[in-house]
Amino acid sequence: MSSSQGPAGPSPKKSQRVERVAIRFAGDSGDGVQLTGTKFTESTALAGNDLSTLPDFPAEIRAPAGTLAGVSGYQIHFASADIRTPADQADVLVAFNPAALRACLADVRAGGMVIVNSDAFTDKNFERAGYTEDPLPALHERYRVVEVPVTRLTFEALKDLSLSQREAGRSKNFFALGLLYWLYGRPLEATLEWIGSRFEGEIREANRRVLMAGYHFGETSELFPVSFEVPRAKIEPGTYRNITGNTALAYGCVAASVCMDRPLVVGAYPITPASDVLHELAKHRSFGVKTFQAEDEIAAVSAAVGASFAGMLGLTVTSGPGFLLKQEAINLAVVAELPLVIVDVQRAGPSTGLPTKEEQADLLCALHGRSSDSPLPVLAAATPSDCFSIMIEAFAMAVKYMTPVVVLSDSYLANSAEPWRLPDVAELPRQQIRFRTDPDGFFPYVRDDETLARPWAIPGTPGLEHRIGGLEKQDGKGNVSYLPENHQRMTDLRHAKIARIAQDLPPVECHGADAGKLLIVGWGGTHGAITSAVDEARAAGHDVASVHLRHLNPLPPNLGEVLRRFERVMVAELNTGQLSRLLRAEFLVDAQSLTKVQGQPFKVSEVRSGIDRLLGVA
Amino acid sequence: MAEPLAKLTKKDFESDQEVRWCPGCGDYSVLANVQRVMPELGVPRENFVFVSGIGCSSRFPYYMNTYGFHTIHGRAPAFATGIKLARPELSVWVITGDGDGLSIGGNHMLHVIRRNVDLQILLFNNRIYGLTKGQYSPTSRVGMRNKSTPMGVIDYPIEPSAFALGAGATFVARTVDVDAPGLQEVLRRAHDHRGAAFVEILQNCPVYNDGEWAAIEDKKTRVDTALRLEHGQPLVYGAKGQRRGIRIEHGVPTVVPLRDDEDPIAAGVTVHDERAQSPAYHFALATLAPPEFPIPVGVLRAIERPTYERMLQSQIESAVEARGPGKLDKLLRSGDTWTVEG
Ligand SMILES: Cc1ncc(C[n+]2csc(CCOP(=O)(O)OP(=O)(O)O)c2C)c(N)n1
Ligand code: SF4
Ligand SMILES: [Mg+2]
Repeated sequence: MSSSQGPAGPSPKKSQRVERVAIRFAGDSGDGVQLTGTKFTESTALAGNDLSTLPDFPAEIRAPAGTLAGVSGYQIHFASADIRTPADQADVLVAFNPAALRACLADVRAGGMVIVNSDAFTDKNFERAGYTEDPLPALHERYRVVEVPVTRLTFEALKDLSLSQREAGRSKNFFALGLLYWLYGRPLEATLEWIGSRFEGEIREANRRVLMAGYHFGETSELFPVSFEVPRAKIEPGTYRNITGNTALAYGCVAASVCMDRPLVVGAYPITPASDVLHELAKHRSFGVKTFQAEDEIAAVSAAVGASFAGMLGLTVTSGPGFLLKQEAINLAVVAELPLVIVDVQRAGPSTGLPTKEEQADLLCALHGRSSDSPLPVLAAATPSDCFSIMIEAFAMAVKYMTPVVVLSDSYLANSAEPWRLPDVAELPRQQIRFRTDPDGFFPYVRDDETLARPWAIPGTPGLEHRIGGLEKQDGKGNVSYLPENHQRMTDLRHAKIARIAQDLPPVECHGADAGKLLIVGWGGTHGAITSAVDEARAAGHDVASVHLRHLNPLPPNLGEVLRRFERVMVAELNTGQLSRLLRAEFLVDAQSLTKVQGQPFKVSEVRSGIDRLLGVA
Repeated sequence: MAEPLAKLTKKDFESDQEVRWCPGCGDYSVLANVQRVMPELGVPRENFVFVSGIGCSSRFPYYMNTYGFHTIHGRAPAFATGIKLARPELSVWVITGDGDGLSIGGNHMLHVIRRNVDLQILLFNNRIYGLTKGQYSPTSRVGMRNKSTPMGVIDYPIEPSAFALGAGATFVARTVDVDAPGLQEVLRRAHDHRGAAFVEILQNCPVYNDGEWAAIEDKKTRVDTALRLEHGQPLVYGAKGQRRGIRIEHGVPTVVPLRDDEDPIAAGVTVHDERAQSPAYHFALATLAPPEFPIPVGVLRAIERPTYERMLQSQIESAVEARGPGKLDKLLRSGDTWTVEG
């Protein structure tokens, strides 16, 4: 795709300038909603706006057509300025059927536009969606409702082609797409090009025609008196692509392998919302990536530990329930002091919970969910693209300190997307791995003075034959030891080693101000909502700032000092107060808590009212 | 390489750790025989890896002067899989017990066998949990009384070799802790096999289940209680005057009494075929049990099938061949990109 200018021909209608817009596309899983959203996103990127997107997949794989359970949604938020979330509320809802309307209406702001495919608003579909009557007449008071006979207009555009009713009907999402391209002045070329390369014959012609028909409908129909213009955002120069957290995470693992010049061995067992990482990594055999779909999570992590023992970069990727199953093997890696990276893409609720929904409640489990004293580093990605950098960092840390490292992502980061300025590959941090080869003075637990790491001595190295395992080992020599003072020493050393990682961490930086009345502390996928809320509050004249933690163990070395520079501290997180408890314990700070556990990310407005409440300005 | 290899001896495989099994434990004999066979296998010492779970038997790697990993209860096959697929050139041996390998680790055992990962898996079957001091195991006989079943075991046991066959094993053998020549031969065969080589070792635990295998361990009775398997040879056992054969027809075994000079094949005794593709015959063999039948020892089944780690390796090779070695920059730029000018 190359950058291109606005649409074909000037529109006779008036255009109105707006700074930011959020659009939600919603329909049946079969309506092509995700594709429509993705294509709109690409054109929006080309139009030079900053953006953030979030798909919302139905939980059931094949829910009955027209039902609430089958609604698939895609929200895009784009603007002429910096944007960090997919937006609390949509300005425009495009509903392909009554179920989509019913599922999404609550998320549309009052006064917003609701575009519906009126052809799908039939009695049968009302019933499927659980409406007892046509919901549209009642909506006019609160929304600007635009009824467009999308199906009929699609057939109209295709009447001289020999496509079946069914085939023709499949193009209707392109009508909506074309219409919205006109409405927001998006370029058409990239999508036309894509249709040309993706489809063949009459289907190609149909999609192209329907896209244009939608566009011209906007231009000529009296239903749309104005179109909107969202000016280009100031964006740092560079080459960009859109990326979801899960894809960035997988790329980060491949990048770590390239940067450290060691093949990656991935043990995984499918689980939502982490499976996509396995799928992505499985595509990259040409990088030497060995993915292993194990019989369960225990085998998955065990194989990864085995691969690390053998000198490869061992990785395992999972979500909450699977993370629990891995803990015993992770504990072995802690005691055996082997590098390993464990990714937990968190999801909501204990047990199966809400598998596709958002929560960040595995923090204490990552820190303390193993038997005995078992310290390990815990990192958390802040944004979708940060999932890339954090994996490179995690592998480097695991190898340098010979320790398992837990990386926390979450289902919101996993699926949401943002434009990502591609890094210069030559400038990614390289780390040379040094295996022990010298038998002279070798013992499995002799430690590096600086890092306290033991040597990585891999099978195949003559003279270094040795045994490790879960039984407590004598420091240095590494023989099995039951001596009381040795266990004390090894426990202390394991803690000291992880604590030393703090020496490598960058100091946390405050967003907004370095000192003042209120500091909001966040971690993980809430970065966008918290930062946006702080910006809004500051714009309204309030004395508030934020810090966002990517390192949860060890904590950044200057954190205690930063907390003390503010009169009050509030931790905003999607659990019942896990980080706030940690900070209270660690720093004796009277941290307040702003929490939410509804399976949904924070809305900016929720964080904002939390700020206002604490500042007494609500 | 060849020269230093030739010089390796049993001593080279003994670690400096004091062996801590109970006096008289069958594990001693297995250890000694493994250490004896190692130098003959033509593998540099640094390429051996012994991986175990948890149990008395799983202490084994500490006593071998090779690379060793004493992991967690039941999961050794999974750790070993990771090692082997990371480094196919290593000779990886799994040491497990009847509890470790068939109870807590039954699932991993099933899958490592099914995948045909090129490993040697030695399962020490003492029909008891030794390390935890004498509870029954999945191979303990019904009625056996022990600490956790004072009124007798009421679970039906599993036959390890039959389990392995059911999982699709390409190599299954059974041997006896104190039968040095038989054990060594099976170890060599297991090593030579490409794929998951499952070896069940009948092992005595003199402390918690003494005499479980006495009839086959005792040289005097072994001729009558063991059926030595040899590919292409009839299934014949028994001392002079007590000679018998086994006929297996439609999966049903029968004992065929033989005169000392009688031709067993003419008498209808089955000829051992370890290479039969269908495991039905091997299954019938694996489930032969006293008192009616002898216990077959030796290689029950050995067939060829591509191994997991080789197939994985060849997927990598063909991906590289088709697309060239992966280029990170190209990967990051895959999909749609756009450029913002300064
Ligand atoms: C997760 C876990 N559960 C339980 C145990 C306790 N445990 C250790 S060994 C063992 C049984 C071992 O029996 P087997 O595999 O037959 O080995 P043996 O000692 O007989 O050689 C048990 C239950 C453990 N170490 N870990
Ligand atoms: S308890 Fe039994 S199996 Fe364990 S070491 Fe003692 S004799 Fe051997
Ligand atoms: Mg046992």
